[in-house]
Order: sequence, then structure tokens, then C-alpha cells
Amino acid sequence: MELHVLGVGVLTWLTFLPIIGMVAVLVLPKNNPAAVKWTAAVATFLQLVLAAILFVMFNKSMAGINDAASMQFVERFKWIDIQSQSWFGRIQIEYFMGIDGLSGPMVLLTALISFIAVFASWNIEKALKGYMAMLLLLDTGMMGVFVSLDFFLFYVFWEVMLLPMYFLIGVWGGPRREYAAIKFFLYTLLGSVLMLLAMIALYFSVAITDPATGEKIHTFNMLAMMNPANFEPGSLLYGFGTYWRYLAYIALFIGFAIKVPIFPFHTWLPDAHVEAPTAISVILAGVLLKMGTYGLLRVSYPMFPEIATATAWYLALLAFINIVYGALCAMAQKDFKKLIAYSSISHMGIVLLGMAALNTQGMLGAVFQMFNHGTITAMLFLIVGVIYDRAHTRDLDAFGGLALTMPKYTGIMTVAFFAALGLPGLSGFISEAFAFLGAFQVDKLRIITIASTLGIVLTAAYMLWTLQRVFLGQPNEKWAKLPDINPVETFTLVPLAVIVLVLGIYPSFMLDMMTTSLNHLVDFVSRGGAAVAMIP
Amino acid sequence: MTESTLLTLSVAILLLPLLGFTILIFFSKRLPRQGDWLETGFLFVALAISFVILFTKLTSYHDHVVQATFGWVDFGNVPGFGPMRLDLGIMVDNVAAIMLVVVCIVSGLVHLFSIGYMHGDVRYGRYFAYLGIFTFSMVGIVITNNFFMMYVFWELVGLSSYLLIGHWFERKSASDAAKKAFIVNRVGDIGMFTGIMILFAAFHTFTFDTIFESIKSGNIPLGSEAWLTAAGILIFCGAIGKSAQFPLHVWLPDAMEGPTPVSALIHAATMVAAGVYLVTRTFAMMTADALMFIAYIGAITAFISATIAIAQNDIKKVLAYSTVSQLGYMVMGLGVGAYTAGFFHLTTHAMFKAGLFLGSGSVIHAMHHALHHANDHHTDPQDIRNMGGLKSKMPITFYTFLMYTLAISGVPLTSGFLSKDEILAGTLAYGSLTGHTIIPIVGFLVAGLTAFYMFRLVILTFFGGHKDPHRLEAVHESPKTMTIPLIVFAVLSFFAFYSFNPIGASSGWFYGAVERPESVVPAATAAAGIQEFEEALHHSHTPAMILSILIAASGILLAFVVYYWNKISADAVAGALKPVHQFLLNKWYFDELYQATAVRGTDALAAAYRWFDNNIIDGFVNGTARWTLGVTQGTKDAWEEGNIGAIFYMVVAGAVSLYAGWLTTMQLMPLDATLASMVINGLIGLGVAGLAFFLFYVGVGGFDNKIVDGLVNFVAYLAGFLGIVTRRIQTGKVQTYLAFVLLGVMVFFLWFR
Repeated sequence: MELHVLGVGVLTWLTFLPIIGMVAVLVLPKNNPAAVKWTAAVATFLQLVLAAILFVMFNKSMAGINDAASMQFVERFKWIDIQSQSWFGRIQIEYFMGIDGLSGPMVLLTALISFIAVFASWNIEKALKGYMAMLLLLDTGMMGVFVSLDFFLFYVFWEVMLLPMYFLIGVWGGPRREYAAIKFFLYTLLGSVLMLLAMIALYFSVAITDPATGEKIHTFNMLAMMNPANFEPGSLLYGFGTYWRYLAYIALFIGFAIKVPIFPFHTWLPDAHVEAPTAISVILAGVLLKMGTYGLLRVSYPMFPEIATATAWYLALLAFINIVYGALCAMAQKDFKKLIAYSSISHMGIVLLGMAALNTQGMLGAVFQMFNHGTITAMLFLIVGVIYDRAHTRDLDAFGGLALTMPKYTGIMTVAFFAALGLPGLSGFISEAFAFLGAFQVDKLRIITIASTLGIVLTAAYMLWTLQRVFLGQPNEKWAKLPDINPVETFTLVPLAVIVLVLGIYPSFMLDMMTTSLNHLVDFVSRGGAAVAMIP
Repeated sequence: MTESTLLTLSVAILLLPLLGFTILIFFSKRLPRQGDWLETGFLFVALAISFVILFTKLTSYHDHVVQATFGWVDFGNVPGFGPMRLDLGIMVDNVAAIMLVVVCIVSGLVHLFSIGYMHGDVRYGRYFAYLGIFTFSMVGIVITNNFFMMYVFWELVGLSSYLLIGHWFERKSASDAAKKAFIVNRVGDIGMFTGIMILFAAFHTFTFDTIFESIKSGNIPLGSEAWLTAAGILIFCGAIGKSAQFPLHVWLPDAMEGPTPVSALIHAATMVAAGVYLVTRTFAMMTADALMFIAYIGAITAFISATIAIAQNDIKKVLAYSTVSQLGYMVMGLGVGAYTAGFFHLTTHAMFKAGLFLGSGSVIHAMHHALHHANDHHTDPQDIRNMGGLKSKMPITFYTFLMYTLAISGVPLTSGFLSKDEILAGTLAYGSLTGHTIIPIVGFLVAGLTAFYMFRLVILTFFGGHKDPHRLEAVHESPKTMTIPLIVFAVLSFFAFYSFNPIGASSGWFYGAVERPESVVPAATAAAGIQEFEEALHHSHTPAMILSILIAASGILLAFVVYYWNKISADAVAGALKPVHQFLLNKWYFDELYQATAVRGTDALAAAYRWFDNNIIDGFVNGTARWTLGVTQGTKDAWEEGNIGAIFYMVVAGAVSLYAGWLTTMQLMPLDATLASMVINGLIGLGVAGLAFFLFYVGVGGFDNKIVDGLVNFVAYLAGFLGIVTRRIQTGKVQTYLAFVLLGVMVFFLWFR
């Protein structure tokens, strides 16, 4: 499957449209905020349209993962090719993009959330041009991560995303923005360094034959790194289950775990969320967190299948901690936004649990949960944003009775809250249920799965308690005159609510896109895991 | 009528209330009368259809289960399994057809009643919308043919219950009760969900029939009969929550915060009976142990709540505990193997208990108006001690209420007599078959208690003189929209609708239609078979009937002696048995117990985790940052002082220590590493590195103390690198970062090549 627009591949368009938008934003006059906003809106809208076209054209029977032939919308060029040098050999880096059933949903999610984030930024006044430029740059970084199939390219986009995020929190954030931004930055940097380490180790262990010259060359091609036959004997990561491979896996894992975030690397998240402006929280929770789990599935699992299999129990344990610890921490919060931030930690735990299962239901649940969490948590942060814009406080105990003064807002909030607590009929339930069903089928994970169901009760408890404190009861006179949600806010929330509802009733719209690829991933990883079992 | 028409009609019943909900939730403000007629109209259409379905089912497809499935999620070619698809579907068997009629009758009449009762309510339209979504979800539970949809609609009735209990959410007590109902139900639901997970892990399907057939063919979950029993009990946990069984019964009495018609519909007749319905649906897969568990839970619930009901003074609370108690009865009936009797009691109870609640609604409505008339805002309109003598003023309410009370007490000629009698006979049979004689004893005891507290309620409410005679004058009978449902329910509490034989239900159509399914579990773990049970039942039938009439009569008599003829002073008894009375009045202190343990415990744990997160984890993170700054500062000072030697020494010492640690780790590491060995060896290596650095520091000691002033910490030194980056970026020099990344790339290239 290929698609070109004006002679340029669709994934390139998808990735760099925001950059074009950014350039346009930067040349616009400063005194015309409307033009800046609409330029950003148009750029992200076009991106969304392209993503929708991809969704329609996507071939659901092609697996992808480690097979270049069944990757879709592939674009592949030599990007950097440095001829052989005495001390590092030949460096070849490809501009290699493509999507499959694992990245497809993430591409859709990124386009959707970015588009919504632009409208969620409608009230930004401080240095609007800079803000929108950063937002669009961030968009490119995120999209690039999901479409890259070359590790180096992946890493570049991964880092590209870091800087705008740092500035968006550090400049447009709340009172403690500098602390939050630097914490986010350093944490992620630590992860990046570890990832870099593993990436380069992989680079030097993997060699493929250059079809043109017949010369053995190292490569950053991710698909090549997934094939055990490409590891050169005697190289650092050659073999199965060696400590070097464990080390590389752990380095990658920490790099991705920080992004998810997995306990105990999670404390940057509540701070970043609390200080970030609404739209940035939406992107952070909606897309950025998924990069961690995406990286685990795209990189760690297929490249180190035997270790992924061997450490599944530990991952499930971390999933349990994320779910229950996150939920309990959320329960103890007094700040609305912080509560939602901790709930993200809890919900990402469900993704991890599904991943640890390493079977079809678990994996489908995990990736679907990534998408659903993206939409649902985006709604929750938008909802917090609405109230913060009006009342300039997020203290949960300061409100009450908003259901009486802001009925439309309350209606849409109810959908989001119940989606977050996993009410059937809304999308979050399906992914949660599948993740649990998957994990329960694995003998070793059964106890952890049962223990994790505790999270279902705890989530209901803190969500409903929050709902009660903010929306029910006698109205607080101080907020009696708060206006109900305006058309722009409605515009950001309603599409998400519709998606949550539709996918809750008929999830196959999304699941069908993922099934073939994820079955293949499960098969591939479990075979790799089985291979090591055969080694005496 | 073809099967597909039948199914289409049942889907119509499912979707009509949903359509009503959708219209009302968005447009009720723009519709005349806020759309109450629309939703009520839909419900009566649904009621008519449900009769058609029941009639067709019983005449054309009496012994045939009509069902259809559709593909919902395709799992594709599952590795190690092959193609797998999740089918969902609906089915109409006799139980479902009867249940559809029950749900539609109660729901339709409650809609009608609500038009009068909720007149002028602040959120009148939304109230009807919520009734619609409730009916939709409840019908969904009834017609599903699989566990997945059962769970989906199970939670959705939970949602509608939440919304309706919290209808008057301005009151804290209402929103508290709504929240409590949802959360307590969720506790049961995770049990149910775990049960479903066991079945799915074993059979890869959710469909009842497929699962039962697999079990029948000897394919039990995870190869162990214990898991089968566990699956049964866990699924029953859902029923414990929804049907308010011990120990999760605490939410139901609080749920009375909702409008009274809601209590009638959801918290008395239909939703709370869903648990019982679930047990009938899954009866075939219950092992003897699971059934015994069910029977005991039912008996304990029936007993505890009956005792509590005696001491309550709020008219709705008495009825609420009575509901819990009767639900316990049904569950107990199913547990002992009296399958038909349990479901039969569900049906008859739905009618008279809905009537009782609507009757109490009529009373409260009248009291409320009378109090309003007298400008009295302090007297509780629901406290039966403030009532009395309403008989003359509210004759329709009184006579219908009396009829329901006779039915629930098990007086002959009523429907309740028929069903209760069958359950009691079943418990006797169970006692004789298994030796668990405590079950029938509790059964009869509760029958007596029920007759007593229900007549206490009737006497205090309707007989004697009113507390304030002036107020009585302002009490009026309720309007027709409210009395018509009362009359219909009262009529439906007669025996003749269920069996033409007033002393035995087994010859009626109901018993013909609802037959106990064959158990599918392995014979060794199954309860007494149908034949064996019928035999025992045959012997216990007559004694059970005689005994139950005697017990009901003495309960009623005692109530009259105490509350009507005042031969025994209730207050004196309460005073003499003060601890007991307090214990019952406070509902066995369940709420206090849960508050002190589960709620406080969770709160404390949450607070502790919050502290841990802010102080320990984040403390570590921030501590690293502080050390870093310290080291950086020290380095900077040394730099400015020109003490390059010291810096150089530190760098070398650090590098050598690190290398020593690294070598140690690698030496110790076995080739076939595991995560545990990695961690242990890593820690050892780290220890060696720390020790080495310490030796450098102490052993040579020749370098400037100022540099590492109190910062011998090894971790701190490592962090120094990051610290420099931090400071540069904070001053805006982001390119430094890029430079470092580039440097990192080069270093790693060299290292790994």
C-alpha cells in the first residue's frame, strides 16, 4: 500500500505538515492572533484528514511488525551514508517510514489529539506565535516517532519532541513551571541516554548485507534488528538471554518506562501535568505517555523476545503497582489535575498488564487501551481546563453543585468520568476487560491479575468521589455565575465523547486494524521466547 | 410467528426505552410535559410486546430456546489457537420471556405512578430519561445469551441506579448513597468479572450454552473442579452485590434516598432481582459446594435483614430491609435447588414489593402534602411513628397495601403464599438430603419475622389514631395515576394468575414453563439431582405448608397483640432488651464496621502512599538534584580556584571506581542471566564501586576537602554530569544539551564498536 500526495509520501506529509504550519505561523504578523490560531488549526486539520485517509485505506490483513513487505505506506531512502572510516566502519542511516497495526492507531490518535489541542489552546494569549510554533513542532516529533522504522530516525524524533515540550511547560505553565519543566526534561533525558546506549549497542551488533555491494554493513533498520540471524557472532548482543542483552533491555526499558511512566519513575508526571497548560496536558497524557508503551512493543519486545518473555512476570508486577498505587495516590489528591494525572498512571498500568500477557487478548487490550486512554484522559484534562479557566483554582473541595450551574458541562463530564472508570458501553471498558482477560489466561500472571482487579473498585471510588465533590451537592455561591461550556470547548470535547461511545459499542472499528499485526507480534515474540528455552 | 420475529420484538423492547432516553436527555425541555408521555408510552408499547412474546413463547416454542448470535470482535488467527471470534447474542427462553413481562409491567406502572408522584420535580424530564436507560439495561440483562453482555448491562443498571439514587443530588445523603451503591456493587462485580475470566480462559467464549456444553463434556476450567466451584461462587459475587446479599447488602437501604417509585422499580422489583436472575441463568454450572455457599449466603441475608427490619421506623427502610430479606429468600431457594421456586418468588415478590413501595410512596406523598399544608418542615414524613389512622383517609392505598402485606407474609390465596411455600418446602428437602437443617430453620424463622414486621408496619401506619389529629384532616388519597398502579399490583398479588390451585403452584403454568435445568457439572461435584430432589420435595411439601401457615399466623397475631391491642408494650420490650434493640436499630453496625475498616483503611493507605510518593520517591529524585548542584558547585569553585588537580583526581577516581564495579559485575554474571541475577550482581558491583571510591577518598585524602565537602556520595558524583547540563539549560543554553548528546553518541560509538 502506497500513497503519494504531490509526489511526496503520505507519511512524510503527515509528519511534516505541522512543520510547514510552524513556518507559516512564524512568518505571520504578531498582532494577528486569529491568523496564527487558524493556521495551526488548518495544519493539524489537514494532518487529521490525511490520518483519516490512511485509516480508510489501511489494509487490515497485513501484519507488518518485523516484515518490511507487509508494512504499509512505506517510504524508504538512504538518508545518511558515510563511507567506511577506519574507526567506526560504514554508517548508514535510512529515512525509513511505514505503519502497521501497532502504529496505525497511534498515528490516528496523534493527529486527533493534536487537532484538539490547537482548539484547547484558543485562550492562550502569552506569546501565542511561539506557543503555536512549539505545539506544531511537538506534533511533528510525536508523529515521527510513530511512523519511523529506522531506530536513528526514531531517536531523532524522540528528541525533537523533548525540546518543545520543555518550553511549553517551562514558559506557558503554572507557578512552579520551571521546576516541573526541568524535572520532565532531566527525567526524559536520562531515559534518552539509556535508550541511546542500547541503540548504539544494537547498531554494532546487527549487520546486514548491502545488496548493492555485498558488503556487510551495520544498520539502524529496526526490522533488521528484530531478526536474530542478523546479529553478528561475537558481537555484544549476539545470542539469547545473555547479560549483555539483559543490560541493553533494561536500559531500553528504563528509557521507555520513564515515558509511560512506570513506578518508580513516575513522579515527573504529576508535576508536569499540574504546571502544564491544558492543551499540553492533553498532549502529554493523550500521546506522549503512549510512546513509552509503543517503544516497548516496537523496540524491546521484538528485538529482545526472550527477555520480554522471561521478564513478563516482573512487568505484570509493575503493572499491578501502577494500577493500584496510582489509584490510591489519585484518591489522596486535593488538586483536580493532579488526581487526573495519577489516574493516568493507574490506567497506563492496564496497558502494561495486557502487554505482560503476551497473548492476543492482552495485546489487543493493551494497544486499544493506549488509544482509549488517549481519548478519555484528553477529555478529563480538557474538563479540568474548563473549570480552571473559569475559577482559577483546581482545589477539589472548593467546588460543589456545578451540576446545577453548568448542566452541559456536567453531562459531558459524566461521559468522561464513567469512561475513565471503565463503564461498559464506553471504550475504556473494552480495552480494560481485554487486558484483564488476556493476563488471566497466563498461569503465572493469574494472581497478579486478580489482585489488579482491585483497581477497578478504587478507580470507581475516586472518580465518583471527585464527581460528588465538584459537581453534586449544594452549589457554592462563589461559583454560581460560572458560564457553561462555550462552543470552542464543546467542539473539543464532543468528538472525543462520540469516539469513546462508538468504540465502546463496536470496538471492531479500531480492533480490526490492530488484530493481524498484534497476532503476528505475539506469535513472533513468543517464538523468540521459546527459542531461548531450547538452549540448554 | 417465526423465531426471528420473536427476537426482533425482544430487541424492540430493548431499544424502545433507549430511544426514549436519547430523546429525553437531549430534548426533554422542549417537549410538552417534558416528554413524560413519550417515555411512558414507549414503555406501554414494550409491555404489550412483552405479552406477545410470552404468549408466543409459551404456545409456539414452549420447550425451545430461541436465540441468535452475531460476531462482535474478531480476534483473527490467534497464535497457538487458530481463528477465534467473540460472538454475542440474545436469547429468549421461558425464564427470559417471563422476566420481560415482569420488568415491563413494573417499569410501565412505575412510569405511570411517577407522573403523579414526581409532578413538579426540578428534573422531571431527566428523571424519565433515566427510567428509560434503566429499563433498557434491565431488558439487556434479561435477553442476553452470554456472560459478556450480562456484565455490560449489569454495570449499566448500576449506572442507572447511581443516577436515580442521586436524582436529588443537592442532598449530600443522596449523592453519598448513590456513590456507595455504585462502589459496593463494583466490589461484587470484580468477583463476577473474575469468574467470567476463569470461564473465558478455559473456553474462549462467553456464550452460556457453549460453556455449559463444554463443561458437560468433561472440559472443566483449568482442569480442576475447585476452579469450577470458584467460578460459580465468583459469578455469584455479582449477585451478592446487585441483590444486596450479606456482606454487601449495606448499599440497598441507603438507596432509598432515591425517589420512591425508583425504589419500587429498581431497588425492590427488578434490578435487585437481577442477581437472582443471574443465578438462575448460571444454575446449571453450579457445583454442590457453590450451591451450598449460595444457600448459606441467602439464609444469612434473610435472617440478618429480617431482624433489622423489626426495629426500623422509617417506612422505606422497613421495606428496604424486607426486600433484602426476601432476596435472601430467593437466593436461598436457588441454593437449595428449588430452582423454579426461587424464580417464582422473584416474580411474585416483584409485584407485591413494587406495590408496597408505591403504596409507601402514596403514603409519603400524602404525608408530605399534609405537613406542607400545616407548614411543618421538621416532622419526618417517612417515620411511621408520625403516622397512624391513614386507613380511613386513604382507602385505596390501605386496602392494596394490606393485600401486598398478606402476600409477603405468606397468607393463603395470595401469590406470596404459593412461592414462599415452595421455597420452604425446598429448604426442608435440602435439609433432609444434606443434613444442613439450619437452612430450613432460618427459612421458617424469617417467615415468622416477616409476617410480624410487615403487620407492625401496616398497623402503625394505617390503624389506630394519627399522631396529630389535625394533620390527618389534610391527608388525601393520591391521584389516579398513582392509585391505578396500586390496584393493578394488588390484583397481581392473587394466586390465580400463577396457578389455579390456591395451595400448590406446581400444577400452574408457571411451573410448567420454568423447569430446573439439568446440572452440567461432573456428577461427583453436583448437587442432588432433579429426581432425588423432587422425591424429597414431595415429602416435605405438606409439612412445609402447614408449618408456614402456622408461623405466619403467629407472626401476624403477635403484631396485633403488640401494636394494635397494646397487650405488650413494644417500648418496654425494647427497654428490657436495650442492647439487642440498639444492635438491631443500628443494623448490626455493618456500616460502622465498613467505615472503620474498608473506608478508613483505604483512606489511610491512600494518604500513606501520597506521603510516600511526595517524600520518598520524589525525595530521592529531588535529593539527586540537590547533590548534583552541590557537586557542580564544588567543581565550579575548584575550577575558579584553579585547582585542576583536584578535579582531575576526582574524575580519575570516579572512573576507576566505576570500572572496578563494572568488572566485578561482569565477572560474577552468569551467561544465562536472569533479571534477579542481574539485579543482585548489579548491586554487588555498585557496592564495589562505592567502596573503591571511598578508599580513594580516605586512603589518599590529599585533595581539597572543599571540593567534595560532605559529598563523598558516589551517586552524587555520577549525577554531576547531569547537573552541568541542568544549569546550562536553565540559563537557556540548550545547545549545550545538543552538544552533550552528540558527545554521547561519539563516546558510545567508540565504546561499542
